[in-house]
Amino acid sequence: MAADHDPHPHFETPPEERTWIDEPKNVDRIVWALYAVCGLLVVIDPFIHKHGPFEIEHYWGFYAIYGFVGCVGLVLAAKLMRVFLMRPEDYYDE
Amino acid sequence: MMSELNPGIILILGALVVPLLPGKLLRGIYMLVLPVIAFAYLQSLPVGEMGQIQLFDMTLVTLRIDKLSLVFGYIFLIATLLGVIYALHVGDWYQHVAGLVYAGSAIGAVFAGDFITLFVFWEITAISSVFLVWASRNSSAMASGLRYLIIQVGSGVILLAGVLFYFRDTGSIAFNAIGIETFAGKLILIAFGIKCAFPLLHNWLQDAYPEATVTGTVMLSAFTTKLAVYALARGYAGTEILIPIGAVMTAFPIFYAVIENDLRRVLAYSLNNQLGFMVVGIGIGTELALNGTAAHAFCHILYKALLFMSMGAVLYRVGTVKGSELGGLYRSMPWTTAFCIIGAASISAFPLFSGFISKSLIMSAAMKEGHFWVWLTLLFASAGVFHHSGIKIPYFAFFAHDSGKRCKEAPTNMLIAMAIAAAFCIGLGVYPDPLYALLPYDVKYVPYTLEHVVTQLQLLLFSALAFTVLMRTGIYPPELRSTNLDTDWFYRVPGRHLATFANRFRSLTWEWLADTAVRGATKIHDALYRHHGPEGLFGRTWPTGSMAFWTTVTLGAVVILSYL
Repeated sequence: MAADHDPHPHFETPPEERTWIDEPKNVDRIVWALYAVCGLLVVIDPFIHKHGPFEIEHYWGFYAIYGFVGCVGLVLAAKLMRVFLMRPEDYYDE
Repeated sequence: MMSELNPGIILILGALVVPLLPGKLLRGIYMLVLPVIAFAYLQSLPVGEMGQIQLFDMTLVTLRIDKLSLVFGYIFLIATLLGVIYALHVGDWYQHVAGLVYAGSAIGAVFAGDFITLFVFWEITAISSVFLVWASRNSSAMASGLRYLIIQVGSGVILLAGVLFYFRDTGSIAFNAIGIETFAGKLILIAFGIKCAFPLLHNWLQDAYPEATVTGTVMLSAFTTKLAVYALARGYAGTEILIPIGAVMTAFPIFYAVIENDLRRVLAYSLNNQLGFMVVGIGIGTELALNGTAAHAFCHILYKALLFMSMGAVLYRVGTVKGSELGGLYRSMPWTTAFCIIGAASISAFPLFSGFISKSLIMSAAMKEGHFWVWLTLLFASAGVFHHSGIKIPYFAFFAHDSGKRCKEAPTNMLIAMAIAAAFCIGLGVYPDPLYALLPYDVKYVPYTLEHVVTQLQLLLFSALAFTVLMRTGIYPPELRSTNLDTDWFYRVPGRHLATFANRFRSLTWEWLADTAVRGATKIHDALYRHHGPEGLFGRTWPTGSMAFWTTVTLGAVVILSYL
């Protein structure tokens, strides 16, 4: 049952239904805005006084790096898990 | 005797009237009024222990009102009301009855002052809630519901065993701090831990919740696990083992959430992850941490219900919530999309949303007590939950590649329920003071500091950045139709083989026994037949002459013997 057909049979949104967010150019804009905000958050980091007891927190950009690396690691590890844990959708069916 | 009624009873008894009411409208109004009455009644009750019943030499306290039970009682009633509104379109009365009895028993358990009352309500939650799974009326829901019921009732049985030991040790059944030093304490912790979906005891949650009906899952998400959180907070505050247990709970389900295709199952994994934060709070056990647990449970019930409602609406309209089949639904369901994003922002603890003002308390408590590794794990889990619940859920359902599916917007009652939940999520995020005032201890906590807002935004936006980069480079794993093995595999595959084997062994043994018995019986029968049958020595009809002859011989023998 699994993978017997493409789940997304390459549907093309009809032109009259296309909205602002369907334009790749606008998606790029959103992504650039995200890059900009991320950049800004890192730049202002040294000016934020942190009160926590852990030294690591006081390194420049700790939260940003940790969030990014953590999530990339999460996804790569989860991808690896698929090798061992993924079974067809009807695996448990009798 | 019982002068004060546990508010849970109002819902349980009230639910029994539902099938008798004619018409959807009357039934709907009645079901809306029921939690409102319970709420008003709860408001009128004083703080303290009430409703004592003497049972042999035990005193049951059927109603205990204090700050801890009140927070949970209030949020359970709000969740009941939201669940009722969300389910108003459902014609099937038995789902309504099951839902209300379930909610009522969870509320009853929260206000239970002793273990016996707790046990009774604990088991009613198990038995009533399984009908919300079975109401899907398909074979996989039936099987899943049965597994769920066995595990839930099992938790109750272990609780009862623990309580009996506890009573033998202490002579009391009052439900207060328990501790894990005694055997009884360990048993009760396991019972609570099953319902709280501790690691390795968790899989009933991801197994059953996505199998329940559209409206059933919303109800299920609110009560069972948060009842367990309440029970843990009552019995095991400051029990250190809960800190690592909770930390593991926050982290490992998110790996599964990333690769899971059924979006309601993704939410079940993130529910598990959120429970971890609460369990860590209980383990730390300081006033700040326990406040954090209570506040987080409160906010979590609302945003988790909101997320399940939005995915329920998709399931209701499209017929599936598989990420591999969805995409582009924002065109058809703009309101549902907006509400889902609000729920997603709340669970991700974005500033100005509810998760931010509650999770911070637990994070701060972990920091303050110097739990470095735990704090690091919670931080990772916070980034991860944004990744899979905050981005993945709305992205794959409503945006991503247009699946070409077009449908109607969710029914009005569903939209109203989502709107109320969303309003709570934003309202609490912007103005947390009313919630802080409800918490068990005084709150001296300011969530909105520059440091806190900036560091949280750094964590979350760089998590979003990671998603974007992985998506654009094609590294992000696609949504695939699949089943991912979890601990339920052990009882669904080797467990089943073992059961099949045991069954075959039993039937073979039985056959052998029966065979041997029949052969034995046949032998006896044949022997009897041989001697007493028509051809047998003792079964023959003898001629009269031979009888006279033998009589003469016998008499002759007697005469001879008497002369000797």
